[in-house]
Amino acid sequence: MNGVHDMGGMDGFGKVEPEPNEPMFHEEWESRVLAMVRAMGAAGAFNIDTSRYYRETLPPDVYLSSSYYKKWFLGLEEMLIEKGYLTREEVAAGHAMQPAKALKHGKFDLANVERVMVRGKFARPAPAPARFKIGDRVRAKNIHPATHTRLPRYVRGHVGVVELNHGCHVFPDTAAMERGEHPQWLYTVVFEGRDLWGDDGDPTLKVSIDAFEPYLDPA
Amino acid sequence: MSEHHHDHDHDHSELSETELRVRALETILTEKGYVEPAALDAIIQAYETKIGPHNGACVVAKAWSDPAFKKALLEDGSKAIGTLGHVSRVGDHLVVVENTPERHNMVVCTLCSCYPWEMLGLPPVWYKAAPYRSRAVKDPRGVLADFDVTLPKEMEIRVWDSTAETRFLVLPMRPAGTEGWSEEQLAELVTRDSMIGTGFPKTPGAPS
Repeated sequence: MNGVHDMGGMDGFGKVEPEPNEPMFHEEWESRVLAMVRAMGAAGAFNIDTSRYYRETLPPDVYLSSSYYKKWFLGLEEMLIEKGYLTREEVAAGHAMQPAKALKHGKFDLANVERVMVRGKFARPAPAPARFKIGDRVRAKNIHPATHTRLPRYVRGHVGVVELNHGCHVFPDTAAMERGEHPQWLYTVVFEGRDLWGDDGDPTLKVSIDAFEPYLDPA
Repeated sequence: MSEHHHDHDHDHSELSETELRVRALETILTEKGYVEPAALDAIIQAYETKIGPHNGACVVAKAWSDPAFKKALLEDGSKAIGTLGHVSRVGDHLVVVENTPERHNMVVCTLCSCYPWEMLGLPPVWYKAAPYRSRAVKDPRGVLADFDVTLPKEMEIRVWDSTAETRFLVLPMRPAGTEGWSEEQLAELVTRDSMIGTGFPKTPGAPS
């Protein structure tokens, strides 16, 4: 979706302001939100792409004015309601009122903690040979799906070169919408800065994205 | 109300709306039997104690010291790091990119906040915020100026936008004046930002 989350190349957000000696969490509740997201994901309530999609669908003003973990919280709450794990009445009451919905991987208990500390695997067997090889020139498609995609707006329509092939991975565009993993070849595609940003762009800049094969046409 | 009241009695009037909502959600998830609060505590503790930039610093220091490891690391980051027992949690799809005198690498996630957690810990706020995400791909030298970092004018700058489940770690250049240093000494010089590409390793002998 063409949301405000797709920020690459936008102007006007000001300077980057690193915080010296930044704590891991600024408020205790942030750590609880992180843990709940990790736990409910590991229990099978949603996949990582779905959780990203719910943050992207927050209203633009909410997205831009909420802290990082506030966005995580708002996305989590709405996602769990829409997926049927809790109800708006329960959220309003602050207590469980309905029977639980079964979780794919069961209750998240202490025995599951070690599992979330290891990164998930997203590579899948290839359903078909790769369409592109390293060195190929490719054009990022000019697509504007209203649902989840990982093709940022700033590269759409531009020509780049395939630099790395990462094998086949879960396709976020379908996984986020719970329409299956549909594994796709994943490539690092590198663009010249001036192709993206025009003649005023930094002549020494190259930018790469990791692009799934359906995002690309031969050029 | 005594002065001590504020410190010891966390009644609801002192909690923000967000805190209340987060607590309510955890209560519901617990009552419904989806999560065990002790397991949430354990996740937080693991993040607070086990992950952090020290993991990435060990990998960088080893790459500076051991040419065979460096070669393996650049060929397949996950596989090479998997051979090191103490930082084996990296999982698949880690790509290590090397800074050279000709090229500086910088990592961003314009769409959300993708970051090599297992190598660097949880990302800092600036990495997840709009100024960095919007500008890193268009004006990386301007972003670096916000970190007081200046690159030579002709140096290529390569920005890696983490748009998939691949994760990128920058291998910074080894500082001069560190000949004969042990991996432990070298690791002390490796900063988090030097592995994102928004900084350099510390200079030997400079006050930290």
